[in-house]
Amino acid sequence: MKNYDHLIFELSVPNRKGYSLSKAFAPKYSLSDLPSSLLRDNQPMLPEVSELDVLRHYTNISHKNFGVETGFYPLGSCTMKYNPKINEEIAAMKAFNSIHPMQSASDTQGILKIYYELQSMLSDISGLAAYTLNPFAGAQGELTGLMIMKEYHLQRGDFHRTKVIVPDSAHGTNPASATICGFDIIEIASTPEGTVNLELLKAALSDEVAGMMLTNPNTLGIFEKDICEISRLVHEAGGLMYYDGANLNALLGKARPGDMGFDIMHINLHKTFSTPHGGGGPGSGPVGVKDFLIPYLPNPQVKFIDNHYFFDWNKDSIGSVSGFYGNFKVWLRAYVYIMTLGKEELGKVGEISTLNANYVRVQLEDEFNLPIKGFSMHECVFDGLKDTSTGVTTLDVAKRLLDYGVHAPTIYFPLLFHQSIMIEPTETESMQTLDEFVTVMKKVANEAKTDPLMMKLAPHTTPISRIDEVYAAKKMILTYQDYLRENQ
Amino acid sequence: MFKYFPHTEADLQHMKRVLGITNTEDMFQVIPQAVRHNQDYLIPSALPESDLRRHMEELGKMNAQKIIFSGLGAYDHYEPSVINAIISRQEFLTSYTPYQPEISQGTLTYIFEYQSMITSLTGMEVSNASMYDGPTATAEAMFMAEAITRRNILLMSSTVNPNIQRVVQTYAKYKGLSIEIVDQKDGVINLESLKSKLNDTIAGVIVQNPNFFGIIEDYNGFSDAIHANGSIFIINSDISTLGVLKTPGSYNADIAVGDCQSLGMPVAFGGPYLGYLATKKSHVRKMPGRICGQSFDRNGKRSFVLTLQAREQHIRREKANSNICSNQSLLALYATVYLSLLGPKGLREVNELSYQGAHYLYDELLKTGKFTPVYDKPFLKEFILHTHLNVNLIAKILSDHGIFGGVNLEYYNPEFQNVLNFCVTEKRNKIEIDRLVSLLGGLS
Repeated sequence: MKNYDHLIFELSVPNRKGYSLSKAFAPKYSLSDLPSSLLRDNQPMLPEVSELDVLRHYTNISHKNFGVETGFYPLGSCTMKYNPKINEEIAAMKAFNSIHPMQSASDTQGILKIYYELQSMLSDISGLAAYTLNPFAGAQGELTGLMIMKEYHLQRGDFHRTKVIVPDSAHGTNPASATICGFDIIEIASTPEGTVNLELLKAALSDEVAGMMLTNPNTLGIFEKDICEISRLVHEAGGLMYYDGANLNALLGKARPGDMGFDIMHINLHKTFSTPHGGGGPGSGPVGVKDFLIPYLPNPQVKFIDNHYFFDWNKDSIGSVSGFYGNFKVWLRAYVYIMTLGKEELGKVGEISTLNANYVRVQLEDEFNLPIKGFSMHECVFDGLKDTSTGVTTLDVAKRLLDYGVHAPTIYFPLLFHQSIMIEPTETESMQTLDEFVTVMKKVANEAKTDPLMMKLAPHTTPISRIDEVYAAKKMILTYQDYLRENQ
Repeated sequence: MFKYFPHTEADLQHMKRVLGITNTEDMFQVIPQAVRHNQDYLIPSALPESDLRRHMEELGKMNAQKIIFSGLGAYDHYEPSVINAIISRQEFLTSYTPYQPEISQGTLTYIFEYQSMITSLTGMEVSNASMYDGPTATAEAMFMAEAITRRNILLMSSTVNPNIQRVVQTYAKYKGLSIEIVDQKDGVINLESLKSKLNDTIAGVIVQNPNFFGIIEDYNGFSDAIHANGSIFIINSDISTLGVLKTPGSYNADIAVGDCQSLGMPVAFGGPYLGYLATKKSHVRKMPGRICGQSFDRNGKRSFVLTLQAREQHIRREKANSNICSNQSLLALYATVYLSLLGPKGLREVNELSYQGAHYLYDELLKTGKFTPVYDKPFLKEFILHTHLNVNLIAKILSDHGIFGGVNLEYYNPEFQNVLNFCVTEKRNKIEIDRLVSLLGGLS
């Protein structure tokens, strides 16, 4: 339907239904036997619609979305690679979906084997000793890793390590996770080259520092060339090194965080290991550690002894971070992805994704400011248009790209630059797609000079135009109930 | 070449020429040789699709698919087939967080609908766009209580599912909060015991309804005591039951949290599920996670957009309410579609049928003479019974007959010896229930 613009509630007709349930066989029992003081006294506001109503509604609104299969999605830091269909097929198997999480180990040997093998494969890929798959997302992986860091110091009787060092280029989740874990943050400024400033790092280190969080390559797409020295300094000061795995894609086949001196890390399976982002989730954030930290991994942990997989509960563990065992069907998909690529192809991911990013980078340097020169890794960061005389900003460029059927790159992050444009093509994009993207970017840069007003009003061809964000924040219409009140 | 990498040899040559390099290794010179990984990963060779399917089917066969008669946080409700058709659409499945609203109205529309449904079911005023699961949502509610009251001790009922308690304890420990457990009496939280623990250090109170034993608790009078103490009242509920049970809003709770797995999501070995968190509008700025609001576009068209983002980690960094970034958005779509299909009457029917089946099983098990009630309290779809039978024998017999149920609560707490959990949803028919009863009734 063209210009479809409804909420599901607006389709509701009393007594229409979209379900079929089994017939009652024990009608002598009834909810009305319960004391009325325990029951709700009104009907919840849910729509009454038919199956086809539901399908049409969600199909129509889906057309207003942009997915990886719609077009190029160079969203920096998010690794929007192709999400293979075989992963979905396997994740839909009844043999996995119908298993209750409280079923015994002997009932779940297949799933526990997948858990165990995946954690072993992730250990080798990252150069660490063991993994938990329980954390639900990257940010929860960070929190879990920091809890492990804290527990390590506490169990050594080292009670004064209350601070965590975070570079100013870090993802926002790093400092936020450290706060949630009860740490204070020491933020250190990056060098003009966008990397860790060793002098500032040395000055920040003390016996109050629990550790350092670092992304490598960092959020500018630059590999921290001093990584060995950084790890040495932090370790010498008694701290641990935490690796934010958001950019792990660049390193596949090239280097391993464990070898760089990182003690703890998380992996975003929804980035590097191809599981779909789902409009914001579910993700999965496995956490890996060096062997001396294994006892602190969250409970339960999967063990394999005498040809039998089972859950083990460790008394030294930080505790549990999930009701059950994390987002099982997400780590299942990651397992399928690794088995599909195998050792032959997985090792090429870093190389091809890096080649793609650099191929884009060199072709845009004439029109866009490149603050950090030289090769980048899997993503490249520009600081807006070179020609800013017409007042066209990064936001305008991003919005205009939508008109060309390209998803906007990540914008205004990293915070080190005022007009950041962060482009991550991933290895699953062809040279032809990148060529088209480069052409579009150049065209947009030209339009910024010739027709700035048009740029300011972009996009022009999307389901909606630019939104009044101030109205949303001021009015706080956050539900259909609010909407009805507002429009009485 | 490989099916996920579209580069031909000619493409690679051309790209290298454009970059002015002869070898892709030139791009990696910055990585110190000492940390280069120059060998194959210790993972198997690539599996062709047919072999991979066979491999996964073998792994699938190593799991026992059973008729489910237990709950404990994962409920085997009916999954309408429409839902998978919708959530498999690539527009929903493969898109990122809706940071570009002009091309994300699909996601933003369902988040708005989801928030509307959650607030209505919980009787609250605002909901966020989703949390990981019920236990972590409860931990986040604890942080909200801390932020609102600037106090650092939480009271938690001993009748809260230990899986939730464990996660809350972990989150509390590292943030520097402490948890005090409030005793139960006859299977429900003891209000007198709660009152005796309330003082000006208590940030909030966490309860669960229906609780770990499946009992429907009665919180009339709770909010007065809790609010008089300046504390925050947090109720964790299985969302499906709120189709019929008195809402957290009606109990004047400040924060409603819990799991949405019960909205027809497969039990799937524990995940992905979906946590919800809803609160009063006055606390919206302390609420974690994403929030979608209605606005208008430049042409005056009704549109939806992520709003109040100044609370979030990507803006506020170490001062953010929460570190949550990725959430469970696709599952929020699942829940929204489920609730759309079921509607108010279908959700009531699900609860009615589950109630009937559970009470039928309860009475039939008592009739065998092998089980006795533990508490005399109302329940909905889940209950516990004490047995004098050998629990290991029960587990074996049920397992041999393809039934999963009667989970021994001793697994959670040694105090509960020979106390078994049962749960009946609308998916269980009379034949299955009678079979379970005859198996257990035949034991001695």
